[in-house]
Amino acid sequence: MEQLRTRRSLLFALALIALVVLAASIRYGAMDFSVADIARALRSLLPGHAEPTLDQRIFLELRLPRAILCLLVGASLGVGGTLMQALFRNPIVEPGLVGTSSGAAFGSALFFVLGGILHFSESLWSLPIAACIGGIISTYLVFLLARSREDGRASIVMLLLTGLAVNALFMSAIGFLSYIARDPQARSITFWSLGTLSGANWNAVEIVAVSTIGGTLLALRYAKQLNALMIGEEEATYLGVNVNRLKWIILSINVVIVAVATAFTGVISFVGLIVPHILRMMGGADNRFLIVGSALTGATLLSLADLVARLSLRPAELPIGIVTSAVGVPVFLLLLRRRRYVF
Amino acid sequence: MLQASNITFRVNGKALISDVSVSFAPGKLHLIIGPNGAGKSTLIKVLARLLRSQDGKVEYEGEDVRDASEADLARRRAVLSQAVEVAFPLTTREVVMMGRYPHFGGRPGPADEKITDELMELFDVTEFSARNYQTLSGGERQRVNFARVLAQLWRADSGTLSTSSLTPSTCRYLFLDEPLTFLDIRHQIEFMKKVRDFTDASDVVTVGVVHDLNLAARFADQIVLLNDGRVVSTGTAAEVLTAFRIREVFGVEPIFVPVNQGGIHLIFD
Repeated sequence: MEQLRTRRSLLFALALIALVVLAASIRYGAMDFSVADIARALRSLLPGHAEPTLDQRIFLELRLPRAILCLLVGASLGVGGTLMQALFRNPIVEPGLVGTSSGAAFGSALFFVLGGILHFSESLWSLPIAACIGGIISTYLVFLLARSREDGRASIVMLLLTGLAVNALFMSAIGFLSYIARDPQARSITFWSLGTLSGANWNAVEIVAVSTIGGTLLALRYAKQLNALMIGEEEATYLGVNVNRLKWIILSINVVIVAVATAFTGVISFVGLIVPHILRMMGGADNRFLIVGSALTGATLLSLADLVARLSLRPAELPIGIVTSAVGVPVFLLLLRRRRYVF
Repeated sequence: MLQASNITFRVNGKALISDVSVSFAPGKLHLIIGPNGAGKSTLIKVLARLLRSQDGKVEYEGEDVRDASEADLARRRAVLSQAVEVAFPLTTREVVMMGRYPHFGGRPGPADEKITDELMELFDVTEFSARNYQTLSGGERQRVNFARVLAQLWRADSGTLSTSSLTPSTCRYLFLDEPLTFLDIRHQIEFMKKVRDFTDASDVVTVGVVHDLNLAARFADQIVLLNDGRVVSTGTAAEVLTAFRIREVFGVEPIFVPVNQGGIHLIFD
């Protein structure tokens, strides 16, 4: 009971922090906007007002979608990390480590390259679909290769090592594509491997919003079953969970939300690893709390990382993956060293 | 009533249990004994429908459970395993509450909260309520899990352990897969007494695996002796545990020591 109250207040606090960070992230960047600037820019959208000025258009068409996309992508990565950790009953997995992100990045890069060569007409959804296909292929490949020959289960060591290899494979494939590509976006290997939100626009926001919000709400419906999985697959079955079905559903949600986010931002690692940890330390391991909390915390952390990326080399910017890795890698190593958490 | 008919379970062509037919009545405590590799755990898992046998069928009150859904089974069947590891820091109360998962949708209702508290009281784990399950000892964990498993089968109206005279329409099935492994002798006895009490309800079918022949002889209404995946003998302790069978199946020489109230105690040479 008391724990439930603590968790509610925690989630409320996290939501407030996310809003504060959102406010900071729309104000500061290559160019700072005052509150009055922001109000004027928003008013120019209303009918009967003057056309937006260049600065106002920068705010409305670049800054604002970028800030919102950042929240959504952060939420996707946080929720993806929580789902993967619950599924594998292990706190050191995340979507980037089992190949999902690099596969999705490969799918997107291939889409740009083939699009340039074949000149097919692209709809709004073809890029995210290409990313999903790439994500599904790479994730499936990792699972297939990591499975032990004896009992068909994937040990966490095999999973991480296989993930490493598959990541390297897809990254070099992306390297090859960027070498032969003519499309400027596909040409940028840093875009895919280190991630950036600089390509944000309202189309991206729309698509990522659908997958993130839909995926998170769907995952919440399975939170109780994921809790039961914490005490083991057999025990979860005894508690009424169809474990195989649950695995497929959770894996699919994870691949879709992470792949769609990756299609627009490139591979951003370690957010999905850190976020569930912070939450477990604060409010325990109940997945109902973790899923909502990791959406909020992921959004907040990625927005902070994006602020750092934008402000540290003003007016140029850092790829956001450099910021998340700088924080994430030490945390990952620390977790690896704590033996009781692994294997 | 639980009825297994001609069940055979194979893994990679090797039969772990073959052609087992056995029935278990409500209100009775049934214990399966047998040497290592006899197929005891496999039999429990087939009876609890974690595994599906290739041949034969398992029926709960005449209903074949092969295609029953997990959710439906979980409302009337619970299984206590040897040791339960939790992957993340859950509190003890959260673990016990899991027993109520099959009975509520989103959030636990007042009845679920009440049953959870009752069973934590009964198994003397209330003081651990907010403690991380991972920090408990093996014996403490097993008590927590027993509380969880009984919470799964508890009826909100039953109140006490030995339930009322009226028989509900469906039976409840309790399976115990070597539950005593991590318990000291006092907790083994207390544990078996609680199983005994719970089984006294007229709608509870209890089937367990134990290693200690003396505990089996003392607490079981019916003993099933398993060897090499086949049922060697079923019946009361006096019927099943003969010197000849113990020698044949376990490969040890028993000495029967008479104890009071007509019981027997075995020591081995």
